[in-house]
Amino acid sequence: MSGIDRDGAALLPSPTVVEGRRVPLPREPGTLRAFWRRLRARRSAVVGLVIVVGLVLMAVFAAWIAPYDPTETDWGAVRAAPSLAHPFGGDEVGRDVLARIVYGARASLGAGLVSVALAVSLGLPLGLVAGYAGGWVDGAIMRLTDALLAIPFLILAIALAAFLGPSLTNAMVAIGLSATSTFVRLTRAQVQALAAEEFVEAARSVGNPPWRIALVHILPNIVPAILVQATLTIAAAIIAEASLSFLGLGQQPPEPSWGAMLNVAKNFLDQAPWMAIWPGLSIFLAVLGFNLFGDGLRDALDPRGRT
Amino acid sequence: MAAEMGGAPLLEVRDLAVAFDTDGGAVHAVNGVSYALREGETLGIVGESGSGKSVHVLAMLGLIPRPPGRITGGQVLFQGRDLLSLPEKALRRVRGGEIGFVFQDPMSSLNPGMTVAAQIIEPLRIHLGLDRRAARARARELLDLVRIPNAAGRLDQYPHEFSGGQRQRVMIAVGIACRPKILIADEATTALDVTVQAEIVALVQDLKREIGMAIIWITHDLGVVAGISDTVQVMYAGRILERGPVDDIFADPRSAYTLGLLRSLPDLTRGRAGRGRLRQIEGAPPDMRVPPPGDPFAPRNAYATARCRSEMPPLVQAKGAAPGHLVAAWYDLPEILSDEAERAR
Amino acid sequence: MRASDEPIISVRNLSKHYPLRSWWGGKGSVFRAVENVSFDIRPGETLGLVGESGSGKSTIGRAVTMLNPPTEGSVAFEGTNLSMLSAKAMRAKRARIQTVFQDPYAALNPRMSVGDYVSEAFKLHRPDMSRAERREAVAGLFERVGLEPRFAGRFPHQFSGGQRQRVCIARAIALKPSFIVADEPIAALDVSIQAQVVNLLQDLQAELGLSYLFISHDLRMVRYLCHRVAVLWRGRIVELAESDALYDDPRHPYTRRLLGAVPVPVPAVERARLAAESAAPASAIAEGGDLVEVAPGHWVATPPEDRP
Repeated sequence: MSGIDRDGAALLPSPTVVEGRRVPLPREPGTLRAFWRRLRARRSAVVGLVIVVGLVLMAVFAAWIAPYDPTETDWGAVRAAPSLAHPFGGDEVGRDVLARIVYGARASLGAGLVSVALAVSLGLPLGLVAGYAGGWVDGAIMRLTDALLAIPFLILAIALAAFLGPSLTNAMVAIGLSATSTFVRLTRAQVQALAAEEFVEAARSVGNPPWRIALVHILPNIVPAILVQATLTIAAAIIAEASLSFLGLGQQPPEPSWGAMLNVAKNFLDQAPWMAIWPGLSIFLAVLGFNLFGDGLRDALDPRGRT
Repeated sequence: MAAEMGGAPLLEVRDLAVAFDTDGGAVHAVNGVSYALREGETLGIVGESGSGKSVHVLAMLGLIPRPPGRITGGQVLFQGRDLLSLPEKALRRVRGGEIGFVFQDPMSSLNPGMTVAAQIIEPLRIHLGLDRRAARARARELLDLVRIPNAAGRLDQYPHEFSGGQRQRVMIAVGIACRPKILIADEATTALDVTVQAEIVALVQDLKREIGMAIIWITHDLGVVAGISDTVQVMYAGRILERGPVDDIFADPRSAYTLGLLRSLPDLTRGRAGRGRLRQIEGAPPDMRVPPPGDPFAPRNAYATARCRSEMPPLVQAKGAAPGHLVAAWYDLPEILSDEAERAR
Repeated sequence: MRASDEPIISVRNLSKHYPLRSWWGGKGSVFRAVENVSFDIRPGETLGLVGESGSGKSTIGRAVTMLNPPTEGSVAFEGTNLSMLSAKAMRAKRARIQTVFQDPYAALNPRMSVGDYVSEAFKLHRPDMSRAERREAVAGLFERVGLEPRFAGRFPHQFSGGQRQRVCIARAIALKPSFIVADEPIAALDVSIQAQVVNLLQDLQAELGLSYLFISHDLRMVRYLCHRVAVLWRGRIVELAESDALYDDPRHPYTRRLLGAVPVPVPAVERARLAAESAAPASAIAEGGDLVEVAPGHWVATPPEDRP
């Protein structure tokens, strides 16, 4: 009832009703609007959001933004320095680097989103089951994720490429599978923490079956944590895709991808540094954007971390 | 306000106001609190969560996080110096030195990774400049003083090796280590069992006799306050609603809030036969982001007048009450109660 | 024996033990949180369970409701032995046994509207009710516990502690249970709100004929609210009696110490009480033996030497 925490906490979500009269409540934390306000209050989160939205728009509207076809070669522009005609310069076969950067965003963001979506859709249910069921089910799922964690994604990607042939899709699957264990572990830890909460016990006391407790009472409360982790994992997945494409295990030529562009550019660092600078900068920017946004999201979603 | 007692007060709070900035707007936690504390006086401050009872003492010791906390006005004079304008370094010398404190939760106030001896020795070395050997000897004396059996053997133990009550004894030892002028106890016995609470309260009474310090005892429990206080101060919504000599406050409450609190307590000695419903206070404490205009208790007060709802009454000497018995109320409680009794007859 | 004297819940020799792991992870001894506790609660009766932290009172509450089933002993509720029920049968039984928890800040799901929270009881146990019927019923319950029905769509953080406890009570009475375990239901509430909640619990008892197990450390409220009181000490009941008998004539040394430690809100009385109180930690009280009936309905765990 005292101490800054307790007293402060009691001050904040004060009653909205006094003697049946509705007291105008300024604004309610926890609503979407309050969430936006908290997010906006963090400059770095806004910067991250702007970068992410910018990149997504670029990928979606690539056909309108790119000045050239990304696979169209122009012998006059081979390793051409940046100019008005080719603002980012030309690559080793005379393709426009700007066009390839713009289209490359599709591969990078697509790989990030798809692989993380795969990881969440596998990891979340497994983590829920492991965390709430406990016992041997938990043991089995956790050993499985340990095993998955023991295989580096590069090895997994190489194996997949060996069996199915190198492609962007296989790279996404490899990245997604290796990121799965993160989500299993996170979900399980969150579920276990929440299972000790009194409201879960209250849910049991009214006669909720286990599946309903997991889905109705626990799941909505762990979504924010999963969302934050997903955002941060997208950043990691973008790097992973770039690495795989750099090694030739991801996006296949002539389709553009930032990692694949770096791969080629490494041979021309002296003659045509712009071939490396732009994809490198793009990867950096995308990763930075998702990380900043993810951090901001975490702060804004945590009701305890008030401004 | 100091005029009510003889001599210069030890501590004088003048019009202190504290606010917290939150996403939902500013929370006005303390709204113009003024009072004085004499040397050796025990002041019991009663209030519920959100009354500002804890926040205002934390604020005067520079212990509220800023931001989101803000001291929006006032002065706190301690032996003539304004604590609010003191630089942090000087304030640190006061805190834990001339003003000791004990908080509600001894587990989170003690460092789990430090031995008890180290935690008692720390303030002794900082504030009194004792060398290690002298400080250790003093720490032993202090554990004896707070009646921890086998003090010498327990100095080098860690907090988790102590029971809840013993931890609070250690906290008190830390609080009084430098023979403070004032000991502030903030819900110091709230987390303890009732039998342990009784021991701790008795201990603080003994220490007060031995050291002669003034005490500010902050609690929501009217029972504890009744036994140890010279003066009682009732706070609500960041304001003092009533203040006065302890016997007078309990026998002749002048604020409807104090009366409501006293009436809502069931009597431990009264049998079940013929008991009615408890006399409850209606409603809930106000939202401090939008404090009601006027008397903050008015919305819950059946005796409130139109003026109560629009204008905050000043804290003034209550008519016909003991000197120093102050109340902030536009209504006259004794008059209302005697009318009520009349009508009941 | 009249029909109404038939206990609604009958707890026999209930024990709850927790295995203690030794430091190398092997099997160690057991921690006896609750040991050999027996009591009955009659229809419409409130039994108070008092004791200090660690006395096992919450453990008993959770064992009686099978939220944390007992290690030994039986709990017979309306004639059914609850420990023998399957998980599914027990879930169905929960319509008749409800719990009001201590901390209304923690007991409500932060992401569920309070209306949905109350309505959940119907969803689980009354599949025959339509959505509209449920909404209607929730509105009625809100009204009954002193909340405005139009607040049903709001979320817990928009309510004060007292209002949240009313929401919890609304859900607890939704299915018209016969027995409610109230585990420190007022401990987390402000002083000015406690009387409101106690009055509400009392009114509901009169109206619905509820039985309560009222677990509390607030000895004043327990005397006021409870018909009979059991004093728990170190996992055992040391005294059980009609509440007036227990408070006016406490027999067990621990009960005496407990009652003697309650501060009295009358300055002169409280000062005298404090003057007699010792600042040193109290010496140990001898462990109690079996319960002996010292007066009709007044049971005391008697230390061996005091036995007649």
